[in-house]
Amino acid sequence: MSAVVNRGASPQGRPDAPLRAQCEVLGSRRLGPYHSLTLVAPDVAERTQPGQFVSLAVDGPGTLLRRPFSVYAVSKHGPWAGTVEVVFDVVGEGTRWLAQRQKHDLVDVVGPLGKPFPLPQQPVSCLLVGGGYGAAPLLYLAQALQSLDLRVDMVLGAATSERIFNAMEAKRRASSVEYTTDDGSFGSRGRVTDVVPRVLERAGSGVIYACGPMPMLAAVSRQAARLGVPCQVAVEEAMACGVGVCWTCVVPVRRGEHVANLRACIDGPVFNGARVDWDRLQPAPAAPADGELTP
Amino acid sequence: MTALEPGVDRGPSDRGPIDARPIHHGDVDLRVRLGSLELANPIVTGSGTFGSGAEINRFFDVARLGAVVVKSVTLEPREGLPTPRMAETASGMLNAIGLQNPGIERWLAKDLPWLNDHGVATIVSIAGKTTQEYRTLAEHLRGAPGVVAIEANISCPNVEDRGIVFACRQEATREAIEGVARVARVPVFAKLTPDVTDIADIAEAAAAAGATGVSVINTLLGMAIDVETRRPRLAAVTGGLSGPAIKPVAIRAVHQIHQRLPSLPIIGMGGVRSVEDVVEFLLAGASAVAVGTATFANPMAALELLEALPRWLARRGVASVAELRGALVGGEPGREPGREPGREPGREPGRESGGGARPEAT
Repeated sequence: MSAVVNRGASPQGRPDAPLRAQCEVLGSRRLGPYHSLTLVAPDVAERTQPGQFVSLAVDGPGTLLRRPFSVYAVSKHGPWAGTVEVVFDVVGEGTRWLAQRQKHDLVDVVGPLGKPFPLPQQPVSCLLVGGGYGAAPLLYLAQALQSLDLRVDMVLGAATSERIFNAMEAKRRASSVEYTTDDGSFGSRGRVTDVVPRVLERAGSGVIYACGPMPMLAAVSRQAARLGVPCQVAVEEAMACGVGVCWTCVVPVRRGEHVANLRACIDGPVFNGARVDWDRLQPAPAAPADGELTP
Repeated sequence: MTALEPGVDRGPSDRGPIDARPIHHGDVDLRVRLGSLELANPIVTGSGTFGSGAEINRFFDVARLGAVVVKSVTLEPREGLPTPRMAETASGMLNAIGLQNPGIERWLAKDLPWLNDHGVATIVSIAGKTTQEYRTLAEHLRGAPGVVAIEANISCPNVEDRGIVFACRQEATREAIEGVARVARVPVFAKLTPDVTDIADIAEAAAAAGATGVSVINTLLGMAIDVETRRPRLAAVTGGLSGPAIKPVAIRAVHQIHQRLPSLPIIGMGGVRSVEDVVEFLLAGASAVAVGTATFANPMAALELLEALPRWLARRGVASVAELRGALVGGEPGREPGREPGREPGREPGRESGGGARPEAT
């Protein structure tokens, strides 16, 4: 069940407009240290593209704002109504409340929000670099790239082996996957940027797509610029509204001489990594209340 | 999910003072008048919570609202403060944006035409660093089509240039508002901060300077710390607190101003989320009510309140929203002499606001 409640001007007539809907939970499960929630949201699923996000209302003690999550998977067709799946880390009252939702519960969804990853206009080999559960939207992207018959290689990094997101699924969706962990418990010890040049050369990648913590995105973007490879990043920034009105989630982006603070929710969350002014970002942004405000 | 269902109404309580038969919600008159400003209904938006208008128009026809109060515009474009700009707190949130906006010229060229094309009653919020800037902004707005009022944001605590909070001083309030009122051809509202000793004194100064009314309240200055990193949770260290956490403060401020200046029109705001919140502001003395942070949690909040309000009133036999204004029962001052607004021992009300006159705005 999913009741779309938009009204007014002509939002339903615009295929790119976000929707608000009360959506039934189809599945709720643990994925390693993360949590996955699958919602019956056919109208939202139909419009969602890789890199976009949905924001979910939560009702934990004292919570007020929606929680934005990158979309991990959508099913637009099939025996069941269309679904949208998101992945999150249970770190605060909001995500705890969401993780406690059970099958048939209703969750208030707004989406799809934000701009998707731009897909290559010509045949090119693609390298996808993910940090932690930032790999989730990249797996959705990998599927879209595969359906365009493009070669996909992945580099997934995390602090520890258990925080590498869904390694099995990555293997299915990429020609090769390399893993890095800070503690060396899985794959090679170190950072994703330690292995990116090697994979890039081996796979002949012509574009990099990245999603994960901001310091990782900064490092990958700088590396891509040095190597002369275009790089699209999906950023994480604390956001209150997700729909473009609060101006809290801005990212400094170069436009010629000028640096503009663009909203991650409406101008992003996908940006050209070469244009983001990484030096201007706080060296280590303080974690938001729940640490869950992805993208 | 009650928090997201502003339309939920369990019906009138038998404790209610109104002994009237229910009427049809279509018969409820929602029109309100704030001085010379007439609005089709009392639901407006809080500046800085509704973008330029176009963003929320993706969810509903924003022209249905009484007015859209746009994000504060300054003379020059501003890129605002670094992130993090937001921190959620218990039943509220802190923000420190730094008045990011395209500047008055681009706003007039780009945002205002969109609002006019969509038939929106537009209230322009303006913010300046100096008295002269407020006046210059008002000059830019002279003859701007579709602008029904100006809201002078003289209380934003987030500007990088700290130390200048006009609405903390009567003199500064008067100077800023005088400049705007002198050149404006539309009603002027002064947006006041609650971070003052006596907000009614400031409202009095604004009214004496020619303000049509006041918008209360702006955010309260607040701060939150991440105990693990020991860093402030906002890059700007401090920021404005909004949301349901501040509603009682806002109701108190509206009440105090309405007690002192019964005929001064008030746009009430601060933590409005339910239709009962709207009614509470009206009873305290507001003529219109702004929905702010609730829009962040639910982009359709303002519309849902607009649709719920006539039904709520109809069930209680209230035929006109205007009759609720200040209809508080038992709120007369004098019960607690020490706390009576404007009559603290040793203080003469109005003295500082120039002439001691009680301005009666119309």
